[in-house]
Amino acid sequence: MMRARLSGERIKGDLVRKIEEFSGQNLLACNQCGKCSAGCPAAAVMDLLPNQVIRYAQFGLEEVLESNSIWICASCQTCYARCPHGVDLPRVMEALRVIALEEGGDYLRPQELDEDEVAEMPQLAIIGGFRKYTLMGG
Amino acid sequence: MAKALGLELEELQDWNCCGATFPLAMDNLLAITGPARVLVAARAQSERIATLCAICYNVLKRTNHFLQCDAEKRERINYFIEAEYAGDLRVQHFLEILRDELGFDALKQRVDEARETTGKSLAGLKVAPYYGCLLLRPQKEMQLDDAEDPRIMEDLLDALGCEAVDFSHRVECCGSYLLVTSADLVTDMSYAVLESAIRSGAELLVTACPLCQYNLDSRQEEMARQHPDFKPLPVLYFTQLMGLALGLDSDDWGWELHHVDPRPVLAKYGL
Repeated sequence: MMRARLSGERIKGDLVRKIEEFSGQNLLACNQCGKCSAGCPAAAVMDLLPNQVIRYAQFGLEEVLESNSIWICASCQTCYARCPHGVDLPRVMEALRVIALEEGGDYLRPQELDEDEVAEMPQLAIIGGFRKYTLMGG
Repeated sequence: MAKALGLELEELQDWNCCGATFPLAMDNLLAITGPARVLVAARAQSERIATLCAICYNVLKRTNHFLQCDAEKRERINYFIEAEYAGDLRVQHFLEILRDELGFDALKQRVDEARETTGKSLAGLKVAPYYGCLLLRPQKEMQLDDAEDPRIMEDLLDALGCEAVDFSHRVECCGSYLLVTSADLVTDMSYAVLESAIRSGAELLVTACPLCQYNLDSRQEEMARQHPDFKPLPVLYFTQLMGLALGLDSDDWGWELHHVDPRPVLAKYGL
């Protein structure tokens, strides 16, 4: 579990503003009930649970950009379907991916893929993957 | 299939890929242009577009919704792709056309007629209807069925004369495009889905999404390696099962391309 220091500066800082702008979501609408994490089919392998991702985002903690959770989220929309406050967490995850890609470059590079696996992989997965893991697609 | 049911489909001229994901960043208009172009091409030919893929359905329907709700962005996208799309196309999944236009009662009648001619029937076959994510969610935009407790595939299976198995993971994610970066996670997520269907007595599973079909089918060798008790479960596209129920000639339906061969299970029921 990551530890992070809170500060008024970070809460009012650029990261919170960017996440809200890219996602179109009001982060403070989340009251941390945890339903997103309870229903997330990939939460078991995330280093920050979905509700913790929002918590980090609310406080403007850049550590969230280092989390594996933003890359593991498959935009399956289960959390959004169950959020009692209608927070569109898949959009928050996408905003975090976009910011991380802008800062750190592409998460997926074609030359890293196994040629034999790609040969059999459906185009849907390849196109979807590059849309999510590189900046040009988003 | 559509022809056999008296439904007329016309091939979309000048189509392009929808992009396979709906862009979720609010300012990403570039990724909207691809699916918007598909809608424009379809509108030139008809008042609606049919898709067989849950992902195309999701991307096209959400794009359409976006263009309907935001006139200013619609204008910008129209300007960019040199079109005058007004947002007045209907996006439909083939399942939706079966339910709302042909009707499942009419389909059942066709299935009954086919049974009388061929002597073949799906009676007794236990099938798990798997929805996954994008066919249903987000419900406010997709509006196909209840996102947590859908019925459309169960009702289809009833009409086809087989038994729809109720299982816990029918609206859980298979892992989708994570296949590209985290194939092991897709194996785990797809295993949870199949495990739940098998535990509920399913002999087959049907999907309405090609990526679900691939993930659930192709990861099973790996699942068997990790879980010695795992028994493979054939994964069919819903149209394949429909074709069998309607007594259509199924020799060239790519059965040999399945990772888990469904033919032994089908043979048990004389199909």
